[in-house]
Amino acid sequence: MTEKNIFIYIAVTALTTNLVRVLPLLVLKKRITNRFVRSFFHYIPYITLSVMTFPAIMETTSPAVGLATLAIGVACAWKGMGMLAVSLICCVCVFLSQLL
Amino acid sequence: MTDQDRKVLLKGFRDGIPIAMCYFAVSFSMGIVARKAGLVPATGFLSSLLTRASAGEFGAYTLFADKASYLAVVIMCVVVNLRYLLMSATITQKLPLETGVFTKILVGCCMTDEVYGITIAYPGYLNPKYTYGAMTVAGIMWAAGTASGIAAGNSLPDNVVSALGVALYGMFISIVVQAARKHWKLTVAVIVACLLSWACSVCPGIRDIDSGTRTMVLTVAVSLTFAWILPASVETDDSKVTGEHD
Repeated sequence: MTEKNIFIYIAVTALTTNLVRVLPLLVLKKRITNRFVRSFFHYIPYITLSVMTFPAIMETTSPAVGLATLAIGVACAWKGMGMLAVSLICCVCVFLSQLL
Repeated sequence: MTDQDRKVLLKGFRDGIPIAMCYFAVSFSMGIVARKAGLVPATGFLSSLLTRASAGEFGAYTLFADKASYLAVVIMCVVVNLRYLLMSATITQKLPLETGVFTKILVGCCMTDEVYGITIAYPGYLNPKYTYGAMTVAGIMWAAGTASGIAAGNSLPDNVVSALGVALYGMFISIVVQAARKHWKLTVAVIVACLLSWACSVCPGIRDIDSGTRTMVLTVAVSLTFAWILPASVETDDSKVTGEHD
């Protein structure tokens, strides 16, 4: 494969991906007032993140460690700890579990 | 830049650190795939910095290695990244109406799953500096991870990789829980979504569908259902938004 090819590949990937991201921002100009649509948009981000986290978190090491990490993370976040703290605590849980 | 903007930018940097950590770990392992596709550390760095998509890049590098057509790369990128359409659509509602085209393009380009997650959690209308701050740290580490992965050719010790990998979930948990403890309807929706997600991952047939598609279908299905049966009290959210902005 020539270097030229690689650069076109990179450009195609970058342009397409970013176009998908930018398009709705340029097309949707109005404030959405419909309650149903607003609710839908309200749920989307949290549902996406939930679905991406569970059950994937159980596959990082073992299901038991994953579940324990999830429970500890949820408890810390519920108590009001910040994002970085919760992340680090989860990392420490997994790291420690591998030393056992 | 005003003092307020500088503060917001710094907050973005700080919130971008856990994202950057996870990105480094994930993109490091992606570097191994990129290496097979003929990328060197410099082109890997450039590619990751410009694209910033895990599943998208992973798919793209597999196609590069197969010497696939450019059209195939375009189709793959659109399909795998289709969820960004939804994310950007919700971000339009976070921006003041008078936001300029240039800002919209820049904010749009910052939409990765994780940066989107913290952007949507920003109280009130978005100050784009927050998103820029997070994306700067995260984007550079994402690109650095890919370049390091290509250079190293093999992965970090397994226990370090899995420990770093879970940082991503810690961040997601933090975002979801902080919102869920304020909205009981959201708590119900999140629990239902997790149970369904688990069911889909063990159900024969459905579990073979790639996780990107499953995530998108489940998100749309659960969000639509809950918007219908338990419409969120977005009116109050909106008055909070305007209140803070005014």
